[in-house]
Amino acid sequence: MPLEMSRLVRLAAALAMLLALATVAPTYAQETPPLPHQQWSFDGVFGTYDPAALQRGFQVYKQVCSACHPVTHLYFRDLTAIGYTAAEVKALAATYQCAAGPNDKGQMYQRPCLPADPIPGPFPNEEAARAANGGALPPDQSMLVAAREGGPDYVYAILNGYKPAPSGVEVPSGKYYNEYFPGHMIAMPPPLSAGAVTYADGTKATVPQMAHDAATFLTWASHPNLDSRHIMGAKVFLFLFVTVGIFYAAKRKIWSRIH
Amino acid sequence: MAETRPGAGRRIIRWIDYRLPFMATLEHELYDYPTPRNLSYWWNFGSLAGIMLVVMIVTGVFLAMQYTPSSEQAFDSVQHIMRDVNYGWLMRYAHENGASMFFAIVYIHIFRGLYYGSYKQPREFLWMLGVVILLLMMATAFMGYVLPWGQMSYWAATVITNLFSALPLIGHPIVTFLWGGYNVGDPTLHRFYALHYLLPFVIVFVVLLHLVALHRFGSNNPLGIDLKGPQDSVPFHPYYTIKDLFGLSVFLLIYAFFVFYAPNFLGDPQNAIPANPMQTPPEITPEWYFLPFYAILRSIPSKLSGVLLLAASIFILFVLPWLDTSPVRSARFRPVYKWVFWLLVIAVVALGWVGAHPPEGIVITIGRIATFYYFFHFLVLFPLIGKLERPRPLPASIGTPVLAGGSSPLGRAGAPLEKP
Repeated sequence: MPLEMSRLVRLAAALAMLLALATVAPTYAQETPPLPHQQWSFDGVFGTYDPAALQRGFQVYKQVCSACHPVTHLYFRDLTAIGYTAAEVKALAATYQCAAGPNDKGQMYQRPCLPADPIPGPFPNEEAARAANGGALPPDQSMLVAAREGGPDYVYAILNGYKPAPSGVEVPSGKYYNEYFPGHMIAMPPPLSAGAVTYADGTKATVPQMAHDAATFLTWASHPNLDSRHIMGAKVFLFLFVTVGIFYAAKRKIWSRIH
Repeated sequence: MAETRPGAGRRIIRWIDYRLPFMATLEHELYDYPTPRNLSYWWNFGSLAGIMLVVMIVTGVFLAMQYTPSSEQAFDSVQHIMRDVNYGWLMRYAHENGASMFFAIVYIHIFRGLYYGSYKQPREFLWMLGVVILLLMMATAFMGYVLPWGQMSYWAATVITNLFSALPLIGHPIVTFLWGGYNVGDPTLHRFYALHYLLPFVIVFVVLLHLVALHRFGSNNPLGIDLKGPQDSVPFHPYYTIKDLFGLSVFLLIYAFFVFYAPNFLGDPQNAIPANPMQTPPEITPEWYFLPFYAILRSIPSKLSGVLLLAASIFILFVLPWLDTSPVRSARFRPVYKWVFWLLVIAVVALGWVGAHPPEGIVITIGRIATFYYFFHFLVLFPLIGKLERPRPLPASIGTPVLAGGSSPLGRAGAPLEKP
C-alpha cells in the first residue's frame, strides 16, 4: 500500500501530520514543572515514619481514596505496623466483606474479613474499575509511591496540583487540569477538599495536610520496611566503620614490615 | 568424635591431602602465592568481583526459595518477598543493588587492565576468559532483570530479544525460539528463570579458569614489568589478604549505602508496575550498566547494523591483545597512550549518558561521535600508537626502586617465577 502512494498523497499526508503536530504541540509545550520537595519524617539516614501521620493518612485513604483505588498488596494485619492494636485491626477487618469458600455445598459466600485477608479493593476487576471511571483505571495505591518518579513528592504535588487550565488549553470532558500530571489531563477529579476527613486526633483537615498524610501513608504502603531498613543500616554502618579502621590499622602494620 | 587428642585434625587433613591435594593447593595458591609487591588499590577489584559473585549467588538462592516464575504470580511473589518474608527486603535489595555493584567493580577491573596492559603477552587468554565472564554476566543480569515481571522487565525483554529479529532469514525463527511463543510470555519467564539460576554457576567455572590462567604467570603490576626475583614479590598472605580485606570493607560501605539508604536509586519506578503487554512505558531504558551498549545500538539508523555494532563492541575486546602493537604494558611508560586511554573512558561515559536520554538532536550526534571513537580507539589508535610511540625506559625491576628506599630483604619471599 505505501509503495503505491503517489508523491502528492505523500505530501498531503506529511502536511496533515505537521498540522496535527501543530495542534497537539501546545499541550506538550507546557512542561511539567519540577516537583517541589516536601519535608518528610522518613527522609534521610535516620528518618522514620511518623505513626500519627500514618494513621491520619490511612484515614484519608479509607474515607477518600479507597472509593476508587485498591491497595492490592496490603493485608489488614499489616496495619498493626502503623500503630493499630491487633483488636482494632480485627474490628476494622470485620467491617469489610471478603469472598470465601467454597463451603461444603460447593458454594462461594461472603463473610466478614479477617486480619489475614488482603484489604478488598473497590472493584472486582479491571473492567469494572474502568467502567466506573470513564475508561480510566485508578492505579493500585500500595505500589504508587514506588511506581512514580519523585514518590511521595509526586503524590503530594498531584493532590495539590489542580489548577484552572491556562487560556487556550481545552480540557476534554471527564478530564481535569493538573499541573504535575504528565500531559496535564488527569481523569481523577480533585479528590480532596478542606474538611473532607474529620481526623480522629483533631488535626485540622486542610488539603495540604491531608495530601501530606496520604502521601506518608502511601509511602509506607510501598515501602513498609523503611523503618527497620534505616535502623539496620545505621548498625551496619557502625560495624563497617569499626571494620574499616581495624583493617586499615592491620594493613599499615603488616606492610610496615617491608616498607 | 572418638579422636580428641591434639593433632587429630591435622592428621586428617594430611590423610586427605595425600589423596586429594586440596589444602596443599589452597596453601600454595592463596597463602604462599608470590604476588608483585607494588600492586596498587586498582588491583583490589578482582577479588571484590569474586566476592560479589558469591554474594549474588547466596542472596539469589534465598530469593529463589520464595520466588514464583510464572507470569501470573511473579510480580506478587516479589512483593511477598519484600513485605512478608523475614529479611526478604534485605535479600532482594542486596541482590538488586549487588548486580549494579558487580558491574561497577568489573568495569573498573576491565579499565585497570586496559591502562596497565594486563591483556598483553603472556596474559592474553586470561583476558579473553575475562571477556567471556563479562558476556555471561550480561546475559545473567538481563535475564534476572526480567524475573520481577514489572513493566520494564517485560519491555526490556521484548526489545532485547527482538534484536535478534534484525538478522536476515534466521532472525524471526530465533526470536520465536527464544520466547517459546509469539511474544514474551509465560514460557519466556520460565526459561529465563532456569537460565538465570544456571549461568552464575557457569560464571563460577569460568572464574576458576580465569584464576588458573592468572596464577600461571601471576598478576600484572603498575609497572607492567615481569618479576625478576624473590625481592620483587611478597607472599599473598598476609600482605594482599589484608589489603583486599581493607578494600572490601571500604567497598561494603558504598554497597550498604545503596542497600539501606537508596535501594531504588538505580532502579526504574516503571518496574513497580506489573508487566502489561498492552501498554508500552513512555520510555524503555535499560539498567545503567547496559547504557553504553544501548547507545551504540541506537547510534545507527539501521537495526541490523546497530545490532552488529553492539555485538562488535564486546567481541572486539577478544582481539585486543593483537590489536595493541606496543610491547610495553603499563601506560606509565607510554607517553601517548597514557592520555589516549582517558579518551576511551570519556567516550564510554558519554555513551552511557547518551543511552539514558531519548535519541533527539545533540544526543544523537554525541552518540555517533562516541561510537565512532570507541571503534577508532581499538581498531586504529591501538595499532598505530604502539608503532609510533616512543616508550619511556622501563625500570630494571620492581624491587630495585622500592629497596633503594632502604629496608631489609623479605623474610618470606615467594619462589622466583620461571620465565616463559
